[in-house]
Amino acid sequence: MPTLLTRRSYQGAYLAAWLLLGSLLVFLVKVSGGIGTLEATVLLVPMAVLFAAACLSAWYTCRATPLRTSGMTRIFATHLLAAFVLSFAWSQIGRLYARALASSPTFSGLDVRYDAHSATIVISGVLLYLLNVGFFYVLIAIEASRAAEARVLETSVLARDAELKALKAQVNPHFLFNSLNSISALTSSDPAKAREMCILLAEFLRMTLGLGEKASIPLSEELSLVRRFLAIEKVRFGARLQMTEEVSEECKTMLIPPLLLQPLIENAVTHGIANLPDGGSVRLAAHSENGRLSILVENTFDAEATPGHRNGMGLANVRQRLEARYQKLASMRVAPNATLFQVNLSLPAEPREEQS
Amino acid sequence: MSAASEKKIDALIVDDEELARQVLRELLQVHPEIQVVAECANGFEAVKAVVAHKPALMFLDVQMPKLSGFDVLELIEEDVAVIFVTAYDQYAMKAFEVHAVDYLLKPIGRERFEAALERAKKRIGEKMQPVQELVTAARPPQQYLERLVVRDGTRVTLIPAAKLDYVEAQDDYVALATQGAKHLKQQTIASVEAGLDPARFVRIHRSYIVNFERVVRIEPYGKDSRLAILADGTRLPVSRTGYARLKSLLDDRA
Repeated sequence: MPTLLTRRSYQGAYLAAWLLLGSLLVFLVKVSGGIGTLEATVLLVPMAVLFAAACLSAWYTCRATPLRTSGMTRIFATHLLAAFVLSFAWSQIGRLYARALASSPTFSGLDVRYDAHSATIVISGVLLYLLNVGFFYVLIAIEASRAAEARVLETSVLARDAELKALKAQVNPHFLFNSLNSISALTSSDPAKAREMCILLAEFLRMTLGLGEKASIPLSEELSLVRRFLAIEKVRFGARLQMTEEVSEECKTMLIPPLLLQPLIENAVTHGIANLPDGGSVRLAAHSENGRLSILVENTFDAEATPGHRNGMGLANVRQRLEARYQKLASMRVAPNATLFQVNLSLPAEPREEQS
Repeated sequence: MSAASEKKIDALIVDDEELARQVLRELLQVHPEIQVVAECANGFEAVKAVVAHKPALMFLDVQMPKLSGFDVLELIEEDVAVIFVTAYDQYAMKAFEVHAVDYLLKPIGRERFEAALERAKKRIGEKMQPVQELVTAARPPQQYLERLVVRDGTRVTLIPAAKLDYVEAQDDYVALATQGAKHLKQQTIASVEAGLDPARFVRIHRSYIVNFERVVRIEPYGKDSRLAILADGTRLPVSRTGYARLKSLLDDRA
């Protein structure tokens, strides 16, 4: 059966259409004369319902002869043959039915009158069958286009998921190579510091890889990742990099998507501090109010040395992820002024659920 | 050993990170023939140091605040053998390979360092290749200059592209006109044009590139030629092809 007709509402519509066609048949037969309205109705309406069921078989013939790939001759030959065979069989069943009805006094002689109309009935059957074939071809086309739409949607969802995953797990190669260079410098001048930095870097990488897998993490976990990142960058930039953190204890337990702040902090360092010959500071602040968690990442920057689009990637990534997760419930506001670059996040405060 | 009697090679180390400079210093310790005359933490210092010390060799970091290594190279006229140092920059690395400038990747290994130093020593005294091609090649595709750099003596000026009014060719130089001032730079007008966003800058004449935003009107001038009137009243000649370019840009925007 056509997939669409597995739905009850469509089944009803299909049957209703056939009842209408049945009435039309009654009208036709009556107009051609010799058969009364009652006779025609009692005879033809059940026959129409029977033919409706029989015509469902056209679905398989239609599927077996797709419009696009089968030749015209084949399409016509298949459906005409099927139409005649089915219609003839149907008219024969109708004759048996008329004969049975004729045994009752009300319909006496109906079999004879039926035979007079048998040609009309066979031809009507053929036309009805072909109408049905047309209808099924339309249904097949609708189903195909729906399936195609669903596939497109599915692939775009998959693509976005993959993209988000890739963005989450991204470690900036500059950061990595520069850190390795710092370690290499420290090995001779300060071996203990070199070891400390190796450990910081290893922890940072391990956390980045691990956190990306989770759906949400407490802000405190993100903070410990960010602190490691800044500690590593501090070794590189020395006094040029200053940082402050103002996060309340309450906020630290709240849940956020993992690696949400890391790209912002990284932006602040690579596009803000790194462009200032005399350095600057990065500030991370979080507070909660009225069921919302507000996070601010702020850094000093040089508006002229930092073209807007270079900041784009990291920020767009965070914005996309917020949208995917919270839709309209979260917002991100980027506010650069002459010397400060501010990113404000506002998201629903999700307290951590008590673990049993 | 004859090396000791040779003239020492003056070298400059330019990197914004102290630890990165330290690595280079250490690697140079076994080379008494190389004398580090200055260490610079940014491009501005580097330009000054090049003018002051006229070094023969320079270790130059690519990523630095405000003035990148490429900017520094673009600004100096002195012949100096340059070894670029970079952490990771796919476009830059490709440019280095194509233009055969020595380069080192961080972290720097001893062997690679020695090889680069050898090549640089051989090149000392040779005329430097024009740096413009390298700079153009090192720029990521589809990215145009956000700002231009010019030098007057040891003073370096950064001109954001948006503040550039027009460019005028003057013999071997170009004059960059911005906010009423003109800055001379040794560069061809064609290479300036290649770096600027064609959606914002138009070559209106053999000798002129104009910032499209500054043009207030076009007036006919003699037979077959026109004048572009800028917001500050400056009048620039527009050739026939230049006028066609202006028009097509106008159509694109409409």
